[in-house]
Amino acid sequence: MAGVPGSALALELRGITKRFGDLVANRSVDFDVVGGEVHALLGENGAGKTTVMRIAYGLTHADSGAILVGGRHVPIRSPRDAIAAGIGMVTQHFSLVGPMTVAENLALGRSTGLRLDLAAARRRAAQAAERFGIRVDPDARVADLSVGEQQRVEILKALARDCRVLILDEPTAVLVPGEIEVLFATLRSLVGEGMSVVFISHKLAEVRAISTRVSVLRHGQMVGTVAGATDERELARMMVGRPMIGVERSAASEVPGEAAPVLRIVDLRLDGPHGRPSLEDVSLDVRGGEILGVAGVSGNGQTELVAALSGMRRPVAGSVSVDGVDLTGADPRRMTAARVGRIPEDRHASLIPGLSVAYNLVMERLDDFRRGGRIDERAIQANADELIARFHIRASPDDPVATLSGGNIQKVLLARVLSRDPRVLVVSQPTRGLDVGATEYVRSQLLARRADGAAVLLVSEDLDELLALADRLIVLYEGRVVGEMAAGDADREQLGMLMAGRGRNP
Amino acid sequence: MRLPGTSPRYRLSPWSTPALVVIAVAITFLVTSGPILLAGANPIAAYAEFVVIPLTSRFTLLEVLVSATPILFTGAAVAIAFRAGYWNIGAEGQLLLGATAAAGVGAAVGDLPAIVALPAMLAAGALAGASWALLPALLRVRFGIDEVVTTLLLNPVALLLVTGLLHGPWRDPVTGFPESPRIAASAEFPALIDRSRLHLGFVIGLIVIAIAWYVIARTPAGLRLRAVGLSPHGARFAGISVSRTLIVAALASGAVAGLAGVSEVAGIQHRLTSGLSPGYGYTGIVVATLGTLAMPGVILAALFLGDLTVGASTAARSLGIPSQLGAVVQGVLLLTVVALLALRRGRSTRPADTGPAGAEPADDESAPVEEPVA
Repeated sequence: MAGVPGSALALELRGITKRFGDLVANRSVDFDVVGGEVHALLGENGAGKTTVMRIAYGLTHADSGAILVGGRHVPIRSPRDAIAAGIGMVTQHFSLVGPMTVAENLALGRSTGLRLDLAAARRRAAQAAERFGIRVDPDARVADLSVGEQQRVEILKALARDCRVLILDEPTAVLVPGEIEVLFATLRSLVGEGMSVVFISHKLAEVRAISTRVSVLRHGQMVGTVAGATDERELARMMVGRPMIGVERSAASEVPGEAAPVLRIVDLRLDGPHGRPSLEDVSLDVRGGEILGVAGVSGNGQTELVAALSGMRRPVAGSVSVDGVDLTGADPRRMTAARVGRIPEDRHASLIPGLSVAYNLVMERLDDFRRGGRIDERAIQANADELIARFHIRASPDDPVATLSGGNIQKVLLARVLSRDPRVLVVSQPTRGLDVGATEYVRSQLLARRADGAAVLLVSEDLDELLALADRLIVLYEGRVVGEMAAGDADREQLGMLMAGRGRNP
Repeated sequence: MRLPGTSPRYRLSPWSTPALVVIAVAITFLVTSGPILLAGANPIAAYAEFVVIPLTSRFTLLEVLVSATPILFTGAAVAIAFRAGYWNIGAEGQLLLGATAAAGVGAAVGDLPAIVALPAMLAAGALAGASWALLPALLRVRFGIDEVVTTLLLNPVALLLVTGLLHGPWRDPVTGFPESPRIAASAEFPALIDRSRLHLGFVIGLIVIAIAWYVIARTPAGLRLRAVGLSPHGARFAGISVSRTLIVAALASGAVAGLAGVSEVAGIQHRLTSGLSPGYGYTGIVVATLGTLAMPGVILAALFLGDLTVGASTAARSLGIPSQLGAVVQGVLLLTVVALLALRRGRSTRPADTGPAGAEPADDESAPVEEPVA
C-alpha cells in the first residue's frame, strides 16, 4: 500500500463552483490530497473552506465541477456515496446520538445487517485507542462527554467506516493545547498508515505544525498551494491579503479594579454524571473592572460553572453572591435581575432560534415591553433597530434568529446582555467559530465592559484569547481550581501543564 | 462556514403553509380513491359528494357548521397546548368532563334566567375540563412523566366516569335509559337560525378562538408560550418559568376542550349521553395539525372537516358507500399533513444544524423542569 506523499491522488476536486443566491461560496476551486499526507485548507471564516469540503462529503451539492476518488469520477450525491468512496468527515456540528453510548454510536455508523454488533464496536474502540491513541470510554453516554471527547468519537466513527480520506472541519476549535497535541499525534499515525487527512483551519501555527501541504482559499477562490513549512507571514499574506493584526490588550489593564469583589463564589459544588461532582470546592472572586479568565480543557467543569452562574444548574453546596447579595441557587430570572449578564458557549440554546431577532432581544424583560395587556410591538421594534445598529448585527428585526450566521447570533446574545448594563458578565467561548472581524468586535466589547467597571468571568479554551483579555487566570481541571496567576505572569507551558492536570508538585 | 448575512443555515421552504395544506388534500384524495373504488363508487363523484354537495343546500350547509362547532373548540384546545410544546392528547376526556359539568349545572339551574344559567354552565364546563387536565400537567413538570401517555389514558377514564354516572345516579328515572335528566330550558343554547340545529356554541367557539389568537399573538403571556414551545431551554435561560407556562397552557387547553362538551350538551343533546362525542377530542388533533396550530387555520380546518363529515353521511346514502369512509379520509389527511410538515422541516433545516450531541440536555422533551412550580 502506497503511503508516501506524492503517490496516487486519493481525492481530487476539479473546478468546484457553488453559489448561495448572489454569493459565490466557491469559484472554480481545484484541490487534491494524496495518500499519506495532511493537506491543510487554510482561509478566514467565510472563505469557502467548509463549503468545498461539504461538497466533497455530499452534504452540499456543487453547481459545477467534478469529484474524483482514486483518479475516477465519482458522483457524490450524499454522505452515503462519500462514505462508500472512502471519504469521512468530522463537521463542526457533530452528528452523534446524545442519549446513546459511544459503542452504540459506533455500531450505528456501520450497521450492515439487522444485528447491532456492540461487541465489535467496543473492540474497534479499544483497537483505535491502541493504534491511534484515541481514548474514549466505549460505555460512556455521548451526551455526558465533553466536546473534545465527542470529536474523538466522530473520528472513530469515520475510521470504523474504513475511510481513506478524513476531512476535519476546524477540529482544533474545540480543543486546547494539550488536546491539540493528542489530535495531531493521532493524525500523524493515521497518515503514517497511508491515509489522507484534509485539515480545515484558520490557525497558522497549527497548519504549519501538522501539514504536508497547505492550500489557501480567499473569498471562495484558491489562492495557491504551498509546502506545509511555508513561513507564517507568507501564509497569512495569502490568507488575508494583508498583514494580520493581533488583539492587543490596552495599557489600562494594569490598573487594579475595585478592591471589593463583585462576584464571589465560595466552595461551589455541583453534581455531575457517574456520581462524580462536576465542580468541587470552587472558590473565586472577580472584582469590578477585572476580567478573570478561566482556562481548562473542555469538560473540566467550565460548562457547569457557567450553568450555575446562569441560573440553569443548582449547586449542591457553596455559595454565589454579587455585591454581597446571595444568589446561590437563583433561577435565570433572579440572576438577570441581579444584573448578571450571561453568554454561554451554546448560543443557539440560549436564544429561541424560531423567534425573531426583535423578540429575542427583549425575551429577558418582556414586562418592560408591554402596553396594557399586550406586547408593545413598536417599542420592541425600536429597541431592535437601536441594538442592531449599535452592535452591527447583520439582520433585520423580523428575521428568525435561526436564519442568522454564527457571528450574528452571538451579537444578538451580546446585545441582549450588554443592553442591560450588566454588573457581572459571565462569558464562555465568546469567539468560537467567529470570523476575524466578529472576533475582534466581541473582544472589544468585553474590554469596554471591563473599562466600565463590570466584573467579567471569561471562560475560553483559546489561550491566546485568555492571555490577550484576562487580568487574572484560573485553571480548572476535573472540576477543581488547580492554579491561579496574573495574566502578565502566565507562561503557556505552565498553563498547559496545569490544564493537563500536571500542576507543580505540592 | 458562515456566509455573511445570507448564511443558508435555515432556509425557509418555498412551500407556504396554505400550499402545503392544498397539496395534502390532493394527496389524500389520491390515496383514498383506492378504498372508494373498492367500495364500488366513482372517486370523483364521491369527492364531489364529500366536499361540494354539502355546500349546495341550506340544510346541509348549516349542518356543516353544526359539525364544525365541537371541533372548533377541541381544535383550538389542542393547538393552544401544542404551541406550548405540551402534547395534550386528552381533549376527549376533558370534553366529557365539561359535558358532565354542563349537564349537572344545566339541570340544577332550574328557574334561573338564561343570562345566569349559560355563564354558570360555561364556567363549570371550563373548570371541569381544566381540572381533568391538571394532573397530567403536574406529573409532567414535577416528575417528567410524558403527558402524551397520561392525557391519553385519562380519556377512557373520563368515559367510564360518564357511563358510571348514567347507569347509576343520573339514569333517567322515567325511561330508564342511561341518559341524564334534560337540562333546563333556560340552559339550552338558543338556535342561531330558525329551522336549523345551528346554535350559540358556534359563535362561542369563534369567540374563544379569537381570544386565543389575541392572547397567543399579542400578549407577553402568549409570546412566552410560543417561546417555551419553540425552545424550552432558551425560554428557561431567558427567565421564563417553563413549568408555569406548561401548566397554564395545559389548563387553558383543558378548559377550551371542556367548553366543547358544554356546547354539545347545551346546543345539541340537552342532556349527557355516553355517545355524546364520537371522538371530537381526537378530531381536534387533526384540526389543530391541519390548521398548522394557527387559530385562523383551526377555523378553516374545522369547517373543512365539518364539510367532510356531512358529506360522508350524505354520500353513504346517495352512493351506498360506508359512511366510515369519511373517517378514513380524515385519518389519511392527518397522516399526510404530518408527513408533509416533517418533510418541510427536514428541508428547511440542514442536518448540520443539530449541534453537538447532548449540548442541550434540558431540551429533553419530558425532562422534569428544574424550577419550583409557582
